Amino acid sequence: MSLRECRRKFVNAFMFALTAFSALATVSVLFVILGYLVYHGGKNINWSFLTKLPTPVGEPGGGMANAIVGSAKLLFLALLVGVPVGVSTGIYLAEFGGKTMGFFIRYTTDLLNGVPSIVIGIFAYTVIVLPMRHFSTLAGSFALGVMMIPITVRSTEQFLRAVPNPLREGAMALGASKWRTILTVVVPAAGSGIISGVMLALARVAGETAPLLFTAFSNRYWSSGWNDPVASLPVMIYTYAIGPYADWHEQAWAAGLVLLALVFVVNVGTRLVLARKVSVSR
Amino acid sequence: MSSVSPMRSVNGMDSADKQSNQAARSPQKFSLPPDRAAYPGQTLRFKISELRVSFGAKEVLHGFDIDISSNIVTAVIGPSGCGKSTFLRSLNRMTETVRHARVHGDILLDDENIAGMDVVRLRRRVGMVFQRPNPFPKSIFENVAYGLRINGHKDSLSEAVERSLRRAALWEEVKDQLHSSAYALSGGQQQRLCIARALAVDPEVLLLDEPCSALDPVTTAKIEELLFQLKASCTIVIVTHNMQQAARASDFTAFLLEGRLIEYQPTPKLFTTPSDPRTEAYITGRFG
Amino acid sequence: MHASANMTERAALSKAPRAFLHRLRSGDEIAHIITLMFAALVVGITALLVYQLWIQSVLSRQKFGWIFFVTHVWDPLAGQFGALPFLYGTLVTSAIALILAVPLGLGTAIFLSEFSTPRASDIFAFLVDLLAAVPSVIFGLLGIFVMVPWLRTTVEPALQSTLGFLPLFQGPMYGVGFLAAGLILAVMVVPFIVSVSREVLIAVPREQREAALALGATRWEAIWKAVVPFAKTGIIGSVFLALARALGETMAVTMVIGNDPRISASLFAPGYSIAAVIANEFTEATGNLYLSALVELGLVLFMLTFVLNGLARLLVLTTRQRGAGHQ
Repeated sequence: MSLRECRRKFVNAFMFALTAFSALATVSVLFVILGYLVYHGGKNINWSFLTKLPTPVGEPGGGMANAIVGSAKLLFLALLVGVPVGVSTGIYLAEFGGKTMGFFIRYTTDLLNGVPSIVIGIFAYTVIVLPMRHFSTLAGSFALGVMMIPITVRSTEQFLRAVPNPLREGAMALGASKWRTILTVVVPAAGSGIISGVMLALARVAGETAPLLFTAFSNRYWSSGWNDPVASLPVMIYTYAIGPYADWHEQAWAAGLVLLALVFVVNVGTRLVLARKVSVSR
Repeated sequence: MSSVSPMRSVNGMDSADKQSNQAARSPQKFSLPPDRAAYPGQTLRFKISELRVSFGAKEVLHGFDIDISSNIVTAVIGPSGCGKSTFLRSLNRMTETVRHARVHGDILLDDENIAGMDVVRLRRRVGMVFQRPNPFPKSIFENVAYGLRINGHKDSLSEAVERSLRRAALWEEVKDQLHSSAYALSGGQQQRLCIARALAVDPEVLLLDEPCSALDPVTTAKIEELLFQLKASCTIVIVTHNMQQAARASDFTAFLLEGRLIEYQPTPKLFTTPSDPRTEAYITGRFG
Repeated sequence: MHASANMTERAALSKAPRAFLHRLRSGDEIAHIITLMFAALVVGITALLVYQLWIQSVLSRQKFGWIFFVTHVWDPLAGQFGALPFLYGTLVTSAIALILAVPLGLGTAIFLSEFSTPRASDIFAFLVDLLAAVPSVIFGLLGIFVMVPWLRTTVEPALQSTLGFLPLFQGPMYGVGFLAAGLILAVMVVPFIVSVSREVLIAVPREQREAALALGATRWEAIWKAVVPFAKTGIIGSVFLALARALGETMAVTMVIGNDPRISASLFAPGYSIAAVIANEFTEATGNLYLSALVELGLVLFMLTFVLNGLARLLVLTTRQRGAGHQ
């Protein structure tokens, strides 16, 4: 074997090792994150963390019950904003949209998807907080809902397009009008996919902090109704993590674990549902 | 319902073809076959004249006349790309679901032009079964009931469903699993389910677009048997690229080639003594 | 004829007014119009977003003009607002992120598309997607409590003792600063590079690989000389996407960059970024000019990501079409 060939073989093996190392390094980050959160978060998570309000500064104990409920409230309202708009637009794009109009709307959706979350926060601030003159659950939900729209649109369109055309023809040949076909055959056929897409969108915005900082703001107490500032898990993690108290840091870890568990359960769950669906339709 | 018009004389060439140098392919136009007296008791169901269909700039059917009688099975054969599916789909205006499709000429269903009909009503009267089974992702019951539900029927759905499943010779096989998913059925069962689904709204005409092309021979035989029973209550038009199937299952056969109607005869005659050399070439397997 | 019948695009057509009235009665036009209204709402929301950014930043834009981008004094009390330190911080941290993330992400993508078995590749891709789903505030949490101490006690001293002759690695070591922000951004954008690059690499036609291998190339030579060049524009597109993410990323950066509006050559020094200053100061912005200056920063961020996302999409699209054309 010539020297040149030796070198080529060596480079080949070396680059293989290097790319394998990159892949391991990338994935190991995930396990480092998981490990730290389970270790620190698991240590500090307890019943009172889940059920109690934050204590006054300096007083030990207390929990983040208000933030957990606050996040749920924010997400619920965001769902009401994001899902109707997102799913309807997805239906328009997959079933009605012409070439030009479809391109234009798809392009706008992608544009909205790329807007940094902090800018969405500014937007929600200018259209809701400024006119109302105070922070509110409403404003935070609006910001999160707007962020959900492009994700929902894209997944809805994708799953509707995956519905085989013969199903549409079958319904229309029975005399069903187009909207009836869409409503009773196409959307149900894509149902689990559309719901998965919505869940993924929800998981994505559940972890968003930046758009909530000056819309939902935060609250150390229960927030009643939809018009008051409200605490949320991500914002609490942020405030507690940069705060100067050790017990805050411990609670931030615990809240981080709760948030990450939520996000991962949704991601893994929808992935499993979709995988099963794909294998059935094959 | 009109009585059958006398047989049309073979038309002359149309002007476009006079110009063309394809004199050998001059369109002889057949409407009802000459010896339809052999099939008494039928009435005219479809009366189609000058049917032209184009998709965008491409004309797929070049204008022909054909009449279809009730209570028999009419088969449409021809090589791939001859326009037979398009012909079938124009009979219940499914062509409209294709963008840029244009249909010219008159299609009269029981003397009424289908172009002016309410499309929902038309498709209720003219049911369709597709090449591949396309059951909805619902239960067996809901599949059959679908057409009834969208037509506003609410009462006695179960009787109607049972009746349709029996007509499609599927009842015995599925009666214990009506509420399980239609996807659990075999391919042949799914196709018969689709036939039951089409029959549920009691159509006067049933269009079948190569219904057996995805099925095995045993199942195919079952479906052919089914057609034989159904023609008592229904007009059946079946598109097939399988000449044996046309020969076995149909009473009349139309042969289409490159968007033109070449020959239209009682099935035994078309397959034994075809009058056009192109028909003979096709059925003896020289092209297509 | 099957070809044409199966070509079946949907949507009925005939534009005659009678047909329109008919479809209106049957509900099709109503459904069309309703969904179109929602689609238009998405366009409307996006337009309103741009409009608000423009209108709410008018004070600052009129007062400072282009000077806004080249002055470095940020003094709310004196009413002086210069965006340079934030632009600098955003660009420096994004640059660090890309320098670290591109080789790592590309290496991972190559391993997943070329070397590993399809099953392992899918599992890895799933884990990478999970990494992309981790909320940024969690990255920030680990950044503060794990990464920053590690940088201060281990990485930064090591860099200073080996590469200390460069101005980049001089000065006091705080842990927080440009390096910390860049590093955390790198980890956050790697998943984007991996998933898009892996996809475009997989889309490279087999013949490209086989042609090179048949000429006696080693596996790596085939990848580097044939496959990667073929997918080049798509890979660049993925880098643009990652850059757009890095520029707009807020929480993790805010938590580790040090939040000090200074321009320093040293990567160890604390700095500030556009997104971070908006996150920190928006709620306490007193006075219209202050708020307006912050909104203008948001507008800048929007413009940057708009341009980058547009370019990225274009690049990824062209590669995919090229790959499809070859199959």
